[in-house]
Amino acid sequence: MSTVPVRRQLLQPPVPLGLGLILGLGLLLICFMASVGLGVADINPKTVYLALTAFDGSTDQLIIRTVRMPRSITALLVGSAVAVAGAIMQGLTRNPLADPGILGINAGAALAVVGSVFWLGSTSLKVYAGFALLGAAIAAITVYALGSLGQGGLTPLNLTIAGAAFQALVSSLTTGILILSQQTLEEIRFWLAGSVAGRDLDLVVQVLPYLAVGMVMALLMGKQLTTLSLGEDIAQGLGQKTAWVKIAAAVSIILLAGGSVAISGPIGFVGLIVPHIVRFWVGVDYRWILPYAAIVGAILLLIADIGARLVIQPQELPVGLVMPLLGAPFFIYLTRWQVRR
Amino acid sequence: MKQWLVVRPPQVPISFHLDRRVPSILLCLILATLVAMVLSVGQGEYPVPPLDVIKTALGLETNNPDFDFIVMTLRLPRTLVAWGVGMGLAIAGTITQGITRNPLASPGIIGVNAGASLAAVTLIVLYPDLPIALIPWAAFGGALTVAVLIYLLAWQGGSSPVRLILVGVGCSLIAGSLTNLMVTFGNIYNVSQALVWLAGSVYGRSWEQLTVFLPWLSGFGLLSLLMSRELNALQLGDEVARSLGSRLELQRSLLLLSSVALAGSSVATAGSIGFVGLMAPHLGRQLVGPSHEGLLPVAALTGGFVVVVADLLGRLLFAPIELPCGIITAIVGAPYFLYVLIRDRNS
Repeated sequence: MSTVPVRRQLLQPPVPLGLGLILGLGLLLICFMASVGLGVADINPKTVYLALTAFDGSTDQLIIRTVRMPRSITALLVGSAVAVAGAIMQGLTRNPLADPGILGINAGAALAVVGSVFWLGSTSLKVYAGFALLGAAIAAITVYALGSLGQGGLTPLNLTIAGAAFQALVSSLTTGILILSQQTLEEIRFWLAGSVAGRDLDLVVQVLPYLAVGMVMALLMGKQLTTLSLGEDIAQGLGQKTAWVKIAAAVSIILLAGGSVAISGPIGFVGLIVPHIVRFWVGVDYRWILPYAAIVGAILLLIADIGARLVIQPQELPVGLVMPLLGAPFFIYLTRWQVRR
Repeated sequence: MKQWLVVRPPQVPISFHLDRRVPSILLCLILATLVAMVLSVGQGEYPVPPLDVIKTALGLETNNPDFDFIVMTLRLPRTLVAWGVGMGLAIAGTITQGITRNPLASPGIIGVNAGASLAAVTLIVLYPDLPIALIPWAAFGGALTVAVLIYLLAWQGGSSPVRLILVGVGCSLIAGSLTNLMVTFGNIYNVSQALVWLAGSVYGRSWEQLTVFLPWLSGFGLLSLLMSRELNALQLGDEVARSLGSRLELQRSLLLLSSVALAGSSVATAGSIGFVGLMAPHLGRQLVGPSHEGLLPVAALTGGFVVVVADLLGRLLFAPIELPCGIITAIVGAPYFLYVLIRDRNS
């Protein structure tokens, strides 16, 4: 099993971690305002402020309230949720390649949605969201059950292998349907790319409770997760009831990742990469990794979404496809300089 | 009973240290594959009885002159390609998992699939007028380019498995999202074609493709087998391997090279058939344990068998519509894989 890249775990970070968190929140706020203001119609911050406090019905204010705010809020929520889910997943499996996708969540959601389009002919984002959530939950529970049936119970290796196998199975079924039915492919390929555009605030509000509960659970689990990431034996030796921690972690991942895929479609990358980026700064302590991951994930998705709007105006790209293009070079750069072993 | 067999011919300076189970399991796998091949060649719109398949393949007379054309020209090369591709991917997967010491690693990790897919999909979606014969070469070029890029980007005064994995993930993501951009925005008819390629299929492969692919498979397959002892050492960790006398960088790059060549040529021949490279090594380890001298051939034959069976099923399940075998490998392979995982829980 590979180890997680570690550099500054024993050294003092350049900025104290608490202060960094506040700076991060500030940066997040700036990105959020930029995301609300920037676009095909550029709107200045003052109008943005007025639209929220003193709505007067002008076009600009209408754009902000009905299009930009829901979109930015979606990006913010999805980014932080997926990043935190990814961090938990990597801590749980002690595998740097793990992301929420490994639990089969994205694949399960995609199959459920593609199946609903193929057999039931559903077309609205709301129906997609329902099926996505259902598919995600079934997938994650199945993978967990299969993983715990393996030799030695729910070891990281069993979970990882069960997840990878299940994911391959489910995404093959999805591709199979898409090959058999060109109509379904036409209908669903944009959703499959992952996007935060055109999401209704109603939809977001419906999913919000899942995300909120998942996030609170995750942030409370930092200490236990750090212990568990040292290895099962050590965690048990320190008196931890590892089975409970694993179940709590799973519930939190299902809520966070399932909720996000329901809103935005499968968005990869954030869950895989953000925990690594965060670890370069804060080390291996999940009490810090989790809140930092939430902030960095949100910032990354907001920036990528701005990029998705601006690259080929007035056309738009799905943010799920833009993000790797923007984020991966930065990630490779970090890897080159930070991973010494 | 001894657990190990040692093969050490006095004339040749090599030695193999095999698990005792290896020979019998190899024999079983070969027999199973032969049966699957005969069934696969016999199956189709114009069925050929198994006995006639064997006769025709061996060049004996049968009482139907059509059989020769059907078996030798249409079906046999296709099945052999499936077998070879499966072996290539399985060996490549075993090497990657050995080098990176990560059970999730598959040839995809070194960017081979992502690079090949990007090149092939670009050709299919953006330049549909170019001849189809170009696709394998483009795919191979793409695979090689991305793999070399990953190795160079991960090089920082020496290579490291973790850096290799992370840089590989980054590069694959970039190539993957470019591919997806084309899938999302391309002409729907071309995208459908691209999906079949992306799923991996041996449809319409002929002797020509087989003769191009065979030298890669045999050459680098042999090299991998000769280096299996080094792979055993590398798997113990960099420090241990070095203290056992491994010339770490040289061996790692040679092994990576064969993995890239095997996976790259397989993907170029049959599209990106997934899951075999990930699954075959695990199945092999369940059968004969982790020592690579025995594991490599066993995993290779397992991979070959799986793809042959997948191709057969892909033609049978929704006949007359044909599903690409890359889809079936996972649909058939994953449940079996999970079954093996569960079966061994009490051992």
